[in-house]
Amino acid sequence: MDVVEMDHVSKRYVLGQRLNAREALHAAARRLISTRSSPGPDIWALRDVSFSVSDGQALGIVGRNGAGKSTVLKILAGITTPTAGVSRTRGRVAGLLEVGTGFHPELTGRENIYFNGAILGMSRSDITRRFNQIVEFSGVERFLDTPVKRYSSGMYLRLAFAVAAHLEPDVLVVDEILAVGDAEFQRKCLGRMQEAEGEGRTLIFVSHDLDALSKLCPQSIWLESGRIRDAGATEAIVRDYLTSALSSRESGGPVYKSDAVTVHDIRVLSADGQEGSALMRGDRLRIETVFDVAEDIPGLDLAVLVTSSGGVRVIDEMLSDRSSMRLSPGRYRVSLALPPMLNVGGYTAGVWFGTSYENLFDLPTATPFTLHGSDLERPERVLVLNLPFAVDRLDAAPSPHRDSVGGP
Amino acid sequence: MLSGNGSPGLKSNSAGTRTPVWLSLWQARDLVAFFALRDLRLRYKQAALGVAWVLLQPIATVAIFTVVFGRLAGISSEGVPYPLFALLGFSVWTYFSSATVRASEVLVHNPALVSKVYFPRIAAPTGAVLPQLVDLAVSLAMVGLLLIYYELAPSWRLLAVPVWLTLLILTAFGPAVLLSALNVRYRDVQHAIGPVMQIWFFASPIAYPSTLFSGHGELLYALNPMVGVIGLARWSVLNTPWPGWPLAVSVGMVGVMLVCGVSYFRRSERTFADVI
Repeated sequence: MDVVEMDHVSKRYVLGQRLNAREALHAAARRLISTRSSPGPDIWALRDVSFSVSDGQALGIVGRNGAGKSTVLKILAGITTPTAGVSRTRGRVAGLLEVGTGFHPELTGRENIYFNGAILGMSRSDITRRFNQIVEFSGVERFLDTPVKRYSSGMYLRLAFAVAAHLEPDVLVVDEILAVGDAEFQRKCLGRMQEAEGEGRTLIFVSHDLDALSKLCPQSIWLESGRIRDAGATEAIVRDYLTSALSSRESGGPVYKSDAVTVHDIRVLSADGQEGSALMRGDRLRIETVFDVAEDIPGLDLAVLVTSSGGVRVIDEMLSDRSSMRLSPGRYRVSLALPPMLNVGGYTAGVWFGTSYENLFDLPTATPFTLHGSDLERPERVLVLNLPFAVDRLDAAPSPHRDSVGGP
Repeated sequence: MLSGNGSPGLKSNSAGTRTPVWLSLWQARDLVAFFALRDLRLRYKQAALGVAWVLLQPIATVAIFTVVFGRLAGISSEGVPYPLFALLGFSVWTYFSSATVRASEVLVHNPALVSKVYFPRIAAPTGAVLPQLVDLAVSLAMVGLLLIYYELAPSWRLLAVPVWLTLLILTAFGPAVLLSALNVRYRDVQHAIGPVMQIWFFASPIAYPSTLFSGHGELLYALNPMVGVIGLARWSVLNTPWPGWPLAVSVGMVGVMLVCGVSYFRRSERTFADVI
């Protein structure tokens, strides 16, 4: 039986809708005298999207930023209404679009558990019944009567997720919450979602973390510009999606265009692998950007950036650090070679252009990429460097013996 | 559970779906209570004087009124000691204005709640008009003390207190939901609400009796719904004359404002998450 069904759903957002009263009066007057409807420009966040999920299934949604993933979740959760079409859900739907929505810094952990639970649709008795489980899961027993503004951000996240994790809904809708928090927290979230799946709940999951998505969801849909580009087994969808993410820029327009500089492409390639193949941890990577410089800007410089899914800027290499090349008007291709140092996980590659006096523009998250591989290697670390150790034994009798372990 | 089209537990979300207000409110009763409790808890956190603030404002205002309107201007207070007369009116007014102002802010001050979670939206302004009842109770206790001080015995009319309290909540509820929804789209509400409330205050029989107007003038004056509820409150607690037809006019206005407020709220709530 289908518990979630989207039937030809479209959603239009009117841009610049936040009118002030005077503009609103003008608009109303214009509507009176003219038959043309809504003058403002609008965008279709979703166009004719249909899919269904049957009871106890998990569905993943992939797509670039702005493809409409969050809009799908918001419509399923009932936060916003579709412009056309119907979305149907059976049973209790819980949307986890943000961790800790409704938490108030001045309230204590206990008060926030109750309020957040109520906001997420639990009744008072539901919350009381699960209170101990929530507290245990969050591990903040000792601070229950402390205002959450005094919590560390880790405690805050754990408590917020703990409430959401004990909702026991029929349908759980989760958006990219794994992007926050440390690796341990992310593992706990994933574990809890796997449990929910095991309990027969229906799961709809959006994530840039394609490994997590593959683990949780056997089926996926791929959204592109508000339409379903493909649907099917997650493995195939993820592979096609990754391949397209790497190659789509060739056909598409520029990544970024300004008067002075136009960035045509930023991509992450495996230095020895074929173009378009998935990237593995341990691969030597090449981050390549192609751009035009239209104006002669003295001291023009660029930086290549890599940011981890946890928001840590791992790489920020400036061209001027190593080269004194002048970027006079013309077309360039710049590649940065990256040794195998990044751990399994999601990253984004990007560029920055500017001079020592001003930033021209910053595109830190232009190209998402994922390093695949086994995540057994202590996933909480971003870098895997295999650095050398030096071990000296200090209590033993003096001896010239010195042990060296490891080495690049 | 909602039953949009007959089959149990099935919820549809489309441009045409509607749930009756009373049903939403009933489903969200726990949430309404939590909104109200949260507001109360937050109000006096880290305020050294705490609840004393509830007492200070009416005492200060009524003291000034007593001097300016009662003594200097010699305004009639329908045979009741002026401080008592003004304090009751002021207490009723304070409930109305603070409930309305709080409700107008509740959605825009919690944008993430609106754009990231689904809950019956009407629960937020409803939860915001309830905590002010605590302040009202404190002010009414002061009215009680003044009654003892002036050695005035209330009559059986005191039984009507729940009636005018209900009328008062309904009077505030209409503008409260209207403004909370309007504020989502037009932040002008935040700027307008102060001056509007100030004018409304002087247009209401707080420092003076509504009997300043007579005949048709009084009926016209009662289009201000505060006229009815303040008149009824004074009749019930201070034994002033029965408000009569102006009360009926005010109650009618309360009904109109409720219908307008709730229907505007229902119409615009579906786009709250998009425009907030």
